[in-house]
Amino acid sequence: MSDYTQKIRETAKKLLSEGKVDAVIGYREGTLPLMAEPCLVKDPEKVDQLVFNSFCGVNLANYLPKRKDRVAVVAKGCDSRNIALHIVENQVDRERLFVIGAPCTRMVDRRKVAAAVGGREISGVSEQDGKLTVSGPGYEQTVDKKDVLQDNCSICIHRNPVLADEMLGEKLPEQEADRYADVREVEAMSPEERFAHFKDLFSECIRCYACRNACPLCYCPTCFVDESKPQWVGKSIDPTDTMTFHFLRAFHCAGRCTDCGACERACPVGIKVRQLTRKLEKDCLGLFDWEAGMNPDVRPPLDTWRPEDPEEFIK
Amino acid sequence: MGVEPGRLHFSWISSAESTKFVDVATKVIEEVRALGPAGQLAKTKAQVA
Ligand code: SF4
Ligand code: SF4
Repeated sequence: MSDYTQKIRETAKKLLSEGKVDAVIGYREGTLPLMAEPCLVKDPEKVDQLVFNSFCGVNLANYLPKRKDRVAVVAKGCDSRNIALHIVENQVDRERLFVIGAPCTRMVDRRKVAAAVGGREISGVSEQDGKLTVSGPGYEQTVDKKDVLQDNCSICIHRNPVLADEMLGEKLPEQEADRYADVREVEAMSPEERFAHFKDLFSECIRCYACRNACPLCYCPTCFVDESKPQWVGKSIDPTDTMTFHFLRAFHCAGRCTDCGACERACPVGIKVRQLTRKLEKDCLGLFDWEAGMNPDVRPPLDTWRPEDPEEFIK
Repeated sequence: MGVEPGRLHFSWISSAESTKFVDVATKVIEEVRALGPAGQLAKTKAQVA
């Protein structure tokens, strides 16, 4: 059992039995291997289902808006930034929230593990010292964890929580990473090529909205895609409709996305949704020197105006 | 996202700048006309029906 698992259980038990919170939101083993699932515990006797491992990629900040009770939540680096944003956007009340910060050990992409074992059935997985031991009917194989990280985790530069009431461990060293190599490639294309690129990128999308539902930023009571009076965007998988959905959703996330990877993780088709959000992230960094969710006291660039804001595009 | 340059324009125009408004509007119309009808992110009537 990982250190974090043990500490999460102890903290959860303490908070619940002392009545400091009404519920603890964390992870438990999923019904399938490689899939930890979100879990809400209210009974101090039931904290032993909580775990923390390399499959806790789900962003738990998604479960906080509109809650009226006092909750504790386990937060990795990216989750904590989304919590900071929720605070700025008045979606959660800091006073009623207890953040259990997890300096993140980076999360694993189940699809990459499946590919590494040649698509064979996986019935179990254990991890130790940066290695995953994957087993299934008639085989056992060891995979280097660093080869199967979620794309966003392999370029993550903020794994340590930005806010926490209790930390599960010492801060971990941050890495330097080139976050925008693929974005620059798209930027270098001509407008026609770029349009074709995106058309292709989203051609397999089935409009299931799993990406949106997994996203902590998408808490609108009625999403523009679900609205029918007026209907802003067609509901078919016509390329125009699909691209309109993706472009608009990306813009709704501009200056707010923390690149937690929830969208790509949730997509049943494996579409690289983050290409759009990371372009906006890159622009916010370049234009406004802004990284989302680093500070719960500062409003994001798209809902503030400063006289020195760049405006070269205005003639 | 691949929208042609010249199809989208931004400008600050105060309500006192009527001549600027005319100039900008004329220029926008000229440039967009030159590009022709939008083919991207647009559906035909038949597709919508
Ligand atoms: S993006 Fe960073 S903080 Fe978030 S899960 Fe990946 S490594 Fe952890
Ligand atoms: S999760 Fe994937 S398939 Fe579903 S709407 Fe999002 S991009 Fe499309």
